Amino acid sequence: MAFNLTVDGTAYSVDVPADMPLLWVLRDELGLTGTKYGCGISACGACTVQIDGQAVRSCVLPISDLSGEVTTIEGLGTPENLATIQQSWIDHQVAQCGYCQPGQIMQAAAFLAENPFPTNQDIDTAMAGNLCRCGTYPRIRAAIKDAARQMRGG
Amino acid sequence: MGRAGKIARRTFLIGSAAIAGGVAFGVYKLNQTPENPLVAGDGQSILNPYILIDQTGITIITPRAEMGQGVHTSLAAMVAEELDVRWQDIRVEHGPPGAAYANDVLAKSALLIKDFEPRSNLLLKVEDNLAKAPKVFGMQLTGGSSTTADGYHKMRLAGATARQVLIEAAAKRWGGDPAELQTHDGVVISSSGKTATYTDLAAEAALIEPPQGIPLKPKSEWRYLGTSMPRVDMVSKSTGTAQYGIDTRLDGMLFASIKTNPRLGGPMISFDATAAKSQPGVRKIVDLGNGVAVIATNTWLAMQALELIDFTWGDAPYPAESAEINATIAKAFEARANTTLRNDGDPDEVLSNANPDEIITAEYSAAYLAHAAMEPLNATALFEGDKLTIWSGNQAPVYTRQKVAKAVDLPRDQVTLITPLIGGSFGRRLEFDYSIIAARIAREMPGTAIKTTWSREQDMTHDFYRPAAIARFRGLMSDTGPIVFDGKLATQSAVQSFAGRLAGLPVFGPDRVLVEGMYDQPYGIANYRVAGHIADLDLPVGFWRSVGNSHNGFFHECFMDELATANDLDPLAMRLRLMQGVHAPSAKVLERVAAMAGWTGKSGKNIGRGVAFTYSWGTPTAQIVEVRDTPNGIRITKVWAAVDVGVALDPRNIQAQVMSGIIYGLSAAMMGEITFSDGQVEQTNFPDYDALRMDNSPDIAVEVLENKDRITGIGEPGVPPAMPALANALYDLTGKRARSLPLNQHFDFA
Repeated sequence: MAFNLTVDGTAYSVDVPADMPLLWVLRDELGLTGTKYGCGISACGACTVQIDGQAVRSCVLPISDLSGEVTTIEGLGTPENLATIQQSWIDHQVAQCGYCQPGQIMQAAAFLAENPFPTNQDIDTAMAGNLCRCGTYPRIRAAIKDAARQMRGG
Repeated sequence: MGRAGKIARRTFLIGSAAIAGGVAFGVYKLNQTPENPLVAGDGQSILNPYILIDQTGITIITPRAEMGQGVHTSLAAMVAEELDVRWQDIRVEHGPPGAAYANDVLAKSALLIKDFEPRSNLLLKVEDNLAKAPKVFGMQLTGGSSTTADGYHKMRLAGATARQVLIEAAAKRWGGDPAELQTHDGVVISSSGKTATYTDLAAEAALIEPPQGIPLKPKSEWRYLGTSMPRVDMVSKSTGTAQYGIDTRLDGMLFASIKTNPRLGGPMISFDATAAKSQPGVRKIVDLGNGVAVIATNTWLAMQALELIDFTWGDAPYPAESAEINATIAKAFEARANTTLRNDGDPDEVLSNANPDEIITAEYSAAYLAHAAMEPLNATALFEGDKLTIWSGNQAPVYTRQKVAKAVDLPRDQVTLITPLIGGSFGRRLEFDYSIIAARIAREMPGTAIKTTWSREQDMTHDFYRPAAIARFRGLMSDTGPIVFDGKLATQSAVQSFAGRLAGLPVFGPDRVLVEGMYDQPYGIANYRVAGHIADLDLPVGFWRSVGNSHNGFFHECFMDELATANDLDPLAMRLRLMQGVHAPSAKVLERVAAMAGWTGKSGKNIGRGVAFTYSWGTPTAQIVEVRDTPNGIRITKVWAAVDVGVALDPRNIQAQVMSGIIYGLSAAMMGEITFSDGQVEQTNFPDYDALRMDNSPDIAVEVLENKDRITGIGEPGVPPAMPALANALYDLTGKRARSLPLNQHFDFA
């Protein structure tokens, strides 16, 4: 079946089965490999993208259920034009293997857009679905707090 | 295409060097200098196996794989320090397979010594000889926390020697004495003010025979080393532009996935793929012998089609249930010990004369564990009749290429191996199974690149697991500390399991790794014995971050805690007494962590604190874990750690690695367990085999000391003490001594 979708501001049309998850449309059909496969059952958060600003696990969202504009890590910012949260990730040298970080960043960015004054507890709750096997959590926490401060303008 | 195409072309350049062989300069002279595996492409100059220069800048080639440890950054900093280039002007790439990239430090770790003891001149000579062996045996391995120590001399020397030939090239061009020339940030400068960039001089420099014995900078002149450097992979990893193996994109590529017998090592009796064949996007079904691959136009379509195949699987070559497997491990105690590397005094004699009521005995056990890296196993291969190119994130390039070549009946030099970034490994990608499978699948469709991706379920249920282990202890105390510490261990040998896969036949002999973390601890105890027994089980086991230390650290340090608390001794003070006169840097990390945590031996209401120490991979590491009882269950609130790496090249990265090890270790201790039923692994995905998350991971403080006389690594040493420190803290909190892992079988965690 043919489906139209908008990803990072670009319109695409793909011909795939209706139940194909958005993740595999992004990665294998569109070649947008920034969004990662980790578990396939929304248990690790590596595949997190934003749809109209909401954080969504793309590995369990059938393409036929997609409604809204998709933003991936590649659309959030680029090496030449970083989003505030990405700059904060770099300032705090968060990543180790880095594989989970696109998902962590997309989750954190959506969370901060809704909650500009997060408590530690808020951050823990919002980020608990995103697994990092390298254990970068202490720096993720610091980067989110710092990004929140900057996005509030102080 | 775009970005991916560019990366592919760039990496292929280096890869093609591996095919062509050729002329270049070895900087690291030994008796027999290995051939430089790099070959210059158009406009490129290769100054040695680690440095490639072209008009776009300077590329540092690393002999070790970047899988999160920050070695691209650390190794590049070693070269950049001596080469004298700007940090932002360098690129870093993985090297191809090549003897020049062998790991000398890892080879030395085969010695059956206690690492903390001073080395005699004879031993140093033996070590030097051992360091020559890996070039012959293809030990281009990333593991054993050895990258920094292995690179410390050779990468700096590569930078210094390259700088010298660049200077000599400028001297030749301008006429005059090289000694009159200086360098600054990638530019050679004459006393009269003439300048030439390294990129401009590279072609001429590559023709100059590198001089020997170039002196290295003293520490006092370092500008990169000893400093926390921005990681070279940080921007790409924060923007989704980092290219992992799983992100490999090639023109016209197809996508595959596999299912193999869930009874590990068992055969496939039959399969029926009729329904799968007619699924959308399916191009080919491949019989792998012990399983099936589906090649399709999309990874998910391949995975879906696999679900429609009816399989009849044969039995596993090991007992079908965990209880029987554990009983087989325990049976190993009945046979003679395989490896006894500590045998001080006479524990049997002293215990036979002791009051039996005063002998403290305990049995401990630890479960099988999966690696569960975030990036599922994958590799991409392109078979073109007489040659094969494979993109595989791996820790063992020489072995991988050798195994892949054999699997597709090609000479080794017709196989090009490219190592992309690795999304976590923890030892899993020392294996070559996934590379072999991807190559075999690609051979079925010549001319088409095929990326084979394992589902998370296939990955978790087809690991080479950290072996389960059992320890039995007897101890006897005086008023001040243990006078007998007698430990026996039974487990499978990961070394023999791996060596068997590598050699294709069974491997025997003593195994140091079996007892590491128990026999090699810097404690002076009059009657101190550690014996390892190998369990005879044909269940695939492998190297899991910190390897034998991962269970032995837990066993040793929990029993040490038992001995202390049984006699109302402070477990930290008791350890310090045992370290007196044995290894001062170890005592210092213990003292440091006590100061960091404000250790008093007493913890407050609803708070438990535990201490543990493990000397692993040459790096003494002490940790204190704090737990709290809360209405929702027990929380791990705080961890303090002190480590000694000898020379701290990148303090922030060292701290990050220790934190990482602690979280990896605590995750395993709290909830990590692989079990078997009907011959199959019961845990299939993260809900069954979870790890610490943001909401239950503790605050961690790390301090890095430099009291040792040599540089050692940090990727693994953070792992082992986290587990016993947690168990000891839980004992302090609850009075309950948990002697088996995981701990969530004994306690309710929040």
